[in-house]
Amino acid sequence: MPMPLKAGARLKSAVSETQVMVVKAPPGEHDLRCGGVEMIAATAPPPAGVALDPAYAGETLIGKRYVNADESLELLCTKGGQGVLSFNGTLLEIKQAKQLPSSD
Amino acid sequence: MNIATILDMAAEAFGERTALVAGTSRYCYADLRAHALRAARMFKASGAGYVALLDVNSPAGPAALFGAAYAGIPYVPINYRLTRTEINELLGRVAPAIVVVGPGQRPQIDERADLTIVDRDDVLALADTDGEPPVPPEDGRAIAVQLFTSGTTGKPKAAILRHENLMSYIVGTVEFASADTDDAIIVAVPPYHIAGISAVLSSTYACRRMVQLERFDPELWIETVRRERVTHAFLVPTMLQRIVEQLEAGASSIDLPTLRAIAYGGGKMPLVTIEKAMRLLPHVDFTNAYGLTETSSTIAVLTPEDHRTAFASHDPAIRRRLGSVGKPAAVEIQIRDEAGKVLGPEQAGLVFVRGPQVSGEYLALGSQLDADGWFPTKDRGYMDADGYLYLDGRADDVIVRGGENISPGEIEDVLLSHPAVADAVCVAMPDVEWGEAVAAAVVLKPGAQVSVAELQELVRSKLRSSRVPQRIVFKDALPYNETGKLLRRVIRQEFA
Repeated sequence: MPMPLKAGARLKSAVSETQVMVVKAPPGEHDLRCGGVEMIAATAPPPAGVALDPAYAGETLIGKRYVNADESLELLCTKGGQGVLSFNGTLLEIKQAKQLPSSD
Repeated sequence: MNIATILDMAAEAFGERTALVAGTSRYCYADLRAHALRAARMFKASGAGYVALLDVNSPAGPAALFGAAYAGIPYVPINYRLTRTEINELLGRVAPAIVVVGPGQRPQIDERADLTIVDRDDVLALADTDGEPPVPPEDGRAIAVQLFTSGTTGKPKAAILRHENLMSYIVGTVEFASADTDDAIIVAVPPYHIAGISAVLSSTYACRRMVQLERFDPELWIETVRRERVTHAFLVPTMLQRIVEQLEAGASSIDLPTLRAIAYGGGKMPLVTIEKAMRLLPHVDFTNAYGLTETSSTIAVLTPEDHRTAFASHDPAIRRRLGSVGKPAAVEIQIRDEAGKVLGPEQAGLVFVRGPQVSGEYLALGSQLDADGWFPTKDRGYMDADGYLYLDGRADDVIVRGGENISPGEIEDVLLSHPAVADAVCVAMPDVEWGEAVAAAVVLKPGAQVSVAELQELVRSKLRSSRVPQRIVFKDALPYNETGKLLRRVIRQEFA
């Protein structure tokens, strides 16, 4: 079921260890999935009877930022795990960090 | 969004890696998280509205910073070098609060019912208790850190940084776990300075070992860099200056083979200091990081490559970049005139900044951002055609002589170019004819001599007559605060 995404919200995968934090998100309700299954609130109990969709196998990596094509959605992976991220049916891509020398 | 996530991630990915070294104590990231969670329980149970810290650098600082975040309580580190009266006045402004205090600072605090005082060692010795660890609140708008400004121009203002500001800064400028296993940063800036906060957050997110110095001392700094095989450092200009002096005097060997990078900021870096430092430590990458408390730290960087290119160049337009603060980092920067018009390259005006890391907000005074989200830094400056930013002092420091705006910086640079001059400051002094006139206080190098007339002639020859200081006094030293900020108001008062 599509849901509103709020900046700062923490979500977890229903089928793996993967957790993300919403850095920014477009308004409205959206379908955010990990491993092909809708993500749930970080504090919610994991649902029974769901399994990773092999079509969305792969890994989401801790510390990487994931964005959609126009970068209106940005997620930070706060815990890595199985399953790739998809948003309204499209796979998210890793955002390349702006490389800066260590400044503090 | 909560900065506690930074520590959660480091502990999750590299829990066994050393997070903190303080003297002989060592804490890995899993330890630091455990300490922060225990502190969070204590903070929450106290019912405090703020978690305050009054201490030199110690592991209690990072534990209190993250502990406050886990507990969802704003963290307010207080300048332990203030007078007893000032400290208690600031504590009164944050009460009811729980105050984590270092052994040397406890006698400074006046007991009052709405302050719960705990020794830092007791915070670090908290035992694990049963039950679920506190879940950090997700509201990114909540206040993470409150810092009192140094009050160089008046009563300290309470700058507030929200979780979303600090998280944007970290996620936007640091690559997670980017530190190598052997990397270590020496943290000598005090915990109540924005650079002290960002050092903890950036290093934790990079999973880099932090080596804490209780207080800055050049000899101790050099020794510690060597002993702990430190690779990275952040310094305010005065600190670098004192390290350079120590190395130049031959008091310490300049053999610092592990040191790879020094970032500096927090005030204007004298050209001679950075040039000397680059000559003494040619293997070190220098980065100038320009930032403000109100912008969650760094907003522009002059990279190591920029430093080397400028240092090696004979083209004045490239060479002068050593005096620039570099290009915008994860923000936008504009230069505007007094009327708000956006200026082009080489046109000097006021520096404005915009971006998610910019809080631009004070308690009681509210947000200082304009309708489009731009924050007036109150720094003066200009950009060159390639986007390098040059700073030209604070807007408040401008001398208005007969309607003409005079930047003290350009006159100071000329005075400093004289071989007899060690330090110089120019301020406005009241003048019947011009409204304000230029006055200068000059410190001479040991044994050196120069006349007022000679310095006046130097300024006249390099600039123009309106820039010539009407009065010049010689002093033994200029007044700086402990983080190297020149206290211009003190000099201004002397000429008033």
